Amino acid sequence: MTLLSVRGVSKRFGGLQAVNDLSFDVAAGSIKALIGPNGAGKTTIFNLISGFLPPDSGEIVFGDTEIHGMSSCEVATRGMVRTFQHIRLFPKMTVLENIMVGRHVHSRAGFLAGMLNLPFTWGEERRIREKSFEIMEMLGLVAHAGTEAISLAYGQQRVVEVGRALACEPKLLLLDEPAAGLNMRETNEMGRLISRIRDMGVTVLLVEHDMSLVMKISDEIVVVSYGEKIAEDRPLAIQKNREVIRVYLGDDEC
Amino acid sequence: MARRYLPVVAFAVLLVAIQLATRFTDTPYYLTQLTMTAYYSLIIVGLCMLIGYAGQISLGHAGFFAIGGYVTAFLTTCNLKPHPGFIVSLLSKTGVLVARPDAYGGDLLTVHPWLACVVAILLTVAIAYLVGGPVLKLKGHYLAMATLGFGIIVYRMVLGTEFLGAADGISDVPGFPLLSGVSIIGKSSARVSNYYLAWGLVILGMVLLLNLIHSRVGRALAAVHGAEDAAGAMGIPTARYKLNTFVLSAVFAALAGVLLTHYNGGIGPSEAGVMKSVRYVAIVAIGGMANLWGALSMSLVLNYLSLRGYFGTYDDAVFGVILILIMLFAPDGLLRRHLLSDLKRATFRNPVDEEAP
Repeated sequence: MTLLSVRGVSKRFGGLQAVNDLSFDVAAGSIKALIGPNGAGKTTIFNLISGFLPPDSGEIVFGDTEIHGMSSCEVATRGMVRTFQHIRLFPKMTVLENIMVGRHVHSRAGFLAGMLNLPFTWGEERRIREKSFEIMEMLGLVAHAGTEAISLAYGQQRVVEVGRALACEPKLLLLDEPAAGLNMRETNEMGRLISRIRDMGVTVLLVEHDMSLVMKISDEIVVVSYGEKIAEDRPLAIQKNREVIRVYLGDDEC
Repeated sequence: MARRYLPVVAFAVLLVAIQLATRFTDTPYYLTQLTMTAYYSLIIVGLCMLIGYAGQISLGHAGFFAIGGYVTAFLTTCNLKPHPGFIVSLLSKTGVLVARPDAYGGDLLTVHPWLACVVAILLTVAIAYLVGGPVLKLKGHYLAMATLGFGIIVYRMVLGTEFLGAADGISDVPGFPLLSGVSIIGKSSARVSNYYLAWGLVILGMVLLLNLIHSRVGRALAAVHGAEDAAGAMGIPTARYKLNTFVLSAVFAALAGVLLTHYNGGIGPSEAGVMKSVRYVAIVAIGGMANLWGALSMSLVLNYLSLRGYFGTYDDAVFGVILILIMLFAPDGLLRRHLLSDLKRATFRNPVDEEAP
């Protein structure tokens, strides 16, 4: 079953065709990787899917809803949550509070309820806290619950960011270079974590430069170059694809 | 929960202690300025919510104060007696108009203060939504300039409008009958009750805001402040939350304007002035931005000193200097730990070190 379908999407920035007539599907329950050389348009594709940018043309269908043109907030409430290439944790907030923000779409206390401290919010706050601790336990963050999130080591900040996204209980998790800046041990742990997230039933779409990680965990890979799809296949087949090798390593003649 | 409300109790005790002190030193006239300070503090804590917690600056909140004050002043002093007609007689039958003698023994028929207050607040909400909607799309300096522009517009309008008294403002505003037998009024016989009324309202406002910052919405606002794009990606409607906070703080300012106008018995265009807005921002800054208690205590001290005339003719200049000094040397405000060591470092630091990441 297809969870996300990108159909003929294009995006132009002035004279640069960043994404050109791109189409691919993400099957529910799978890990799909989006790879390509630097400047291929991967992050732009992420921004288009997650509502940070509107596409110039084409359709993006999530579940059975057309989401192109929606804001990132509307996309998130429908069950698609992203992380960022450059970590975007909330400063001056603890790890616990960062993850609690992730529960936003699953709670409903508004301005009035908050100001009047209405009784129904007490139970809601307790459930937000419980769920956040559940996630921190899974990720091994409980010891850091009261620490300011941006004071953690870089690798742990990445984990917090994934945890915050998981707190939204997304159907689809978009990870923008989850292993960027991580050492080898942390990268391996991140790989195991992503597999675990898939096993929990969350579909994952990721952009990543670490090829060993991508080949190990992905069910399917899309390769883009200059905004166009040049291959879409299983990891082993991608490794043997001549076009992909040419894009990454250059022509034989060179 | 106890940690949230314990300071409220401590603050209430402090207020009682202040009142008792004026009683035993036989200086009850201090209570008048302290009462006015309370109403200004209402603006401050609302503005603190907007600047400190939602991360949005406003240099136009004196405008909202003036809208509240002028609407209630106009409605409660505009005599409808010379304009008999169907609508006026209908209104007076429903009890929203009150008849009272004016200062010269003539008869007045004016709008009831409660209705005037409701109209003032509703109008403020409408204006705040209309102004805030487009303006809050701006960030940083641009937002500051746009709100400053709004403040200037309000100031020039009240200054240039004949029926709002132009440069003289509106006087002879009646007291506000809050409860039966208790009015917000500047009579010396009602000093003590008004002191407690005013500060009781501030405490009520503080409790509401303290609840808010510890709620789901408060977390969302802190997230918007910290990383707006990431907050949006978590499903927080960032624009709506910023706008709601803007309107909420505008309502605090307008309510302060309404009540202080009834307490003072009038309002003048200086209340809408840009320097008033700067003063409110300076007090929030010296209190530590995201620090409701800091803002409130600084408001208590500085507004009181200003109202007692300690700053003399340099009143506005003092607040400008405060704003500059705070931004330079203690951008996290005065009320925090390690202030002295930080000040030392800020004063003797090598500016080149600052540039290094």
